[in-house]
Amino acid sequence: MLSIQNLHATVGGTEILKGLSLEVPAGEVHAIMGPNGAGKSTLSYVLTGRDGYEVTKGSATLDGEDLLALEPNERAAKGVFLSFQYPLEIPGVPALTFVRTALNAQRKARGEPEVTAPEFLKLAREKAAGLKMDFDMLKRPLNVGFSGGEKKRMEILQMAILSPRFAILDETDSGLDIDALRIVSEGVNAMRGPDRAMLVITHYQRLLEYIRPDRVHVLAGGRIVASGGPELALELEREGYDKYARAAA
Amino acid sequence: MSLATAILTGDVAELPSKRDEDWRWTDLRGLIRQIPPPSAAAKLMGPGPFAGLGGALLFVNGGAEFPDMDEGGNTANGPGGAMVLRFVSNAEGTSHAVNLPLVFSPGTRTVVLESYEGFGSDYLASIELEFDLEEGAEVERIVLADDVADAVTVSQANVILAHGAKFNQTVLTSGAKRQRIETRVTHPGHGAKVRMDGAYLLSDKRHADITTVVVHDGVDGTTEQLTKGVVRDQARGIFQGRIVVSEGADRTDARMGHHALILSERAEVDAKPELLIYADDVQCAHGNTIGALDEAAIFYARQRGIPDAQARAMLTEAFVGEVIDRIGHEGARDAARAWAAKRLGGY
Repeated sequence: MLSIQNLHATVGGTEILKGLSLEVPAGEVHAIMGPNGAGKSTLSYVLTGRDGYEVTKGSATLDGEDLLALEPNERAAKGVFLSFQYPLEIPGVPALTFVRTALNAQRKARGEPEVTAPEFLKLAREKAAGLKMDFDMLKRPLNVGFSGGEKKRMEILQMAILSPRFAILDETDSGLDIDALRIVSEGVNAMRGPDRAMLVITHYQRLLEYIRPDRVHVLAGGRIVASGGPELALELEREGYDKYARAAA
Repeated sequence: MSLATAILTGDVAELPSKRDEDWRWTDLRGLIRQIPPPSAAAKLMGPGPFAGLGGALLFVNGGAEFPDMDEGGNTANGPGGAMVLRFVSNAEGTSHAVNLPLVFSPGTRTVVLESYEGFGSDYLASIELEFDLEEGAEVERIVLADDVADAVTVSQANVILAHGAKFNQTVLTSGAKRQRIETRVTHPGHGAKVRMDGAYLLSDKRHADITTVVVHDGVDGTTEQLTKGVVRDQARGIFQGRIVVSEGADRTDARMGHHALILSERAEVDAKPELLIYADDVQCAHGNTIGALDEAAIFYARQRGIPDAQARAMLTEAFVGEVIDRIGHEGARDAARAWAAKRLGGY
C-alpha cells in the first residue's frame, strides 16, 4: 500500500523530514507518535501535496504509484485522505454540497459516473447516522461555527463518504471528549478492511485504546527512530519521548 | 454636472471629473473627448435575464419601446408579476439617456427587476431613475448590469422614503470600460428601512463603481449594506458608501460592509466607506476587507479531490453568494445566482 523511502522534506528552507522510511501494508493501521516538532504534521502535508512542503530527496508511493508527482486532488482521487488536525471553515458552502462536489470530482477523475443527488443524500444520511451526527448540521456551511469536536466528526464523516484507500488521521483525538472519541473511533474502526490502510498520528496513547494499531512508530527528529507493536505506545506513555528525542538529536 | 446632461447638451464640460471628490475614481471628463451623436432606434436582442418574472417596460437606446406582455398577459404593473425594466443598449459609438420617475403608492409592495443589457460597442449610456416611496410602500429592486467591455455607462437612482417605507436593493454588475451605479437614498420620514447590497465581478480591464449615499433625516431609520467584489486581470472595482445621520435623526441603526477579493496582481479595488454622524443616539458600524482567496481552504478542498480551478470557483461563488442569498424575490435570486455562476466559472 504506502511505501516511503528515505524521504527528506523542507519547509521554508528548513529540513523537517530527514530520511523517513515507512511501510504501511494494505489492511493495517499504523500509528505515528512523537514529540512536538518531530515532523508528524509535515509528513501528512508532504503526502497530500500541500504547497510550501518541498521534497528534496526520497520517494512516497501508493501501490507502486509515485504520489509525489501528483497534484493534491489527483492524490485524493487515487484514494489518499487526510483528516486535518485543524479542519478549515468553508463559508458559504454547505457541508453536503462540499462533500458531494468532492466525491463527484474524485469519481470523474477515476472515470466513474457521478453520484446522483438522491443517491448521495442516502449515503450521507446513513454515514451521518453511524457517527450520531445531526443531519441538519450538514446543511450548514462546512465547519463554520462548529465546535472542535464537531469539526473532527465532520472529518470522519467525509472519510466515510469518500471511502479512501489510504487515510491519514492527524491528531483526530484532539478536541474530542470521551464520548465523541468513542464514536469517532468506532467510525474509523468500521472502515478497517483488507483493502484499506491508515496512518494515525497522535500525541497520546489514549486514542490507540480505541483504534488498536497493528504497528506503532516513533517519529523524532524527522525520522522513524523506533517501531514496534501496540505495546510500544504504552511504553511511550510511561516513559515519554526523551530517550528517542536524544537519540534523534 | 452629469453624464445625462452632457449627452443631452453635447457639452463635455458637463461630464463629472476627478476634480469632484465623489468622482475621483470614475473620471469621465478625462476619458471622453467629445460626446458622440445620439443613438438611433434599434432592435431588441432576445429576452432579458428576468424573462418570465413579470411584464417588461423596455427602453432600447434611450427610447421607450412597448410594454412587453408576459405569457399571462400582464404588463409591467399587472397583477402577480414583478415590474421588469429593461434598459437595452444596442449601439455603435453613439450615446443615449433615459430618465424615468417611479412613484409607489402607500402600502404597496413591488419588486423591480432592472436589467442593463449591452450590445454593439463603444456607446455612452445614462439611466436616471427616481424612486418615490410613499408611506409604508415596500420596494425590492434588483439590478443586473451587463454592459459591453468598451461602453461607458452611468446609472443614478434617487430614492425618497416616506414614513415606514422599506427599500431593499441588490446591484450586480460585470462592469464596463467605465461604469458607475449610484444610489442616493433619503429617509425624511421616520422608521424607514433600507437594505442596499451589491456585488461587482470584474475581469479584463473592466471598471465598476458602486456608489451609495444614504441620508437619515428622520428618527428610527435603519440601513444595512453589504457589498462584495471580485476582481481579476487588470480590472478595477470601486465602492463608495456614505451614510449621513442628520442632527436629530436619533435611534438610527446603520451598518455597512464591503469585502473584496483580488485575484490577480494587477487588479485593483478602491473603497471609501464614510459615516457622517451628527446625531447622538445612533448605532453605526462599518467593515471593510480586501484580500485574496484563502489558500489553506483551497488546499483543503483539493485534498478532498476538487481540482484547483473548481475549488477557486466554488469559494469565490460562495463569497459572492452571501449577497445573492439576501435577495428576497425567489425568481430574481435564481437569475442572480445563474448570472454570477456564469461569470465566476472561469476562475
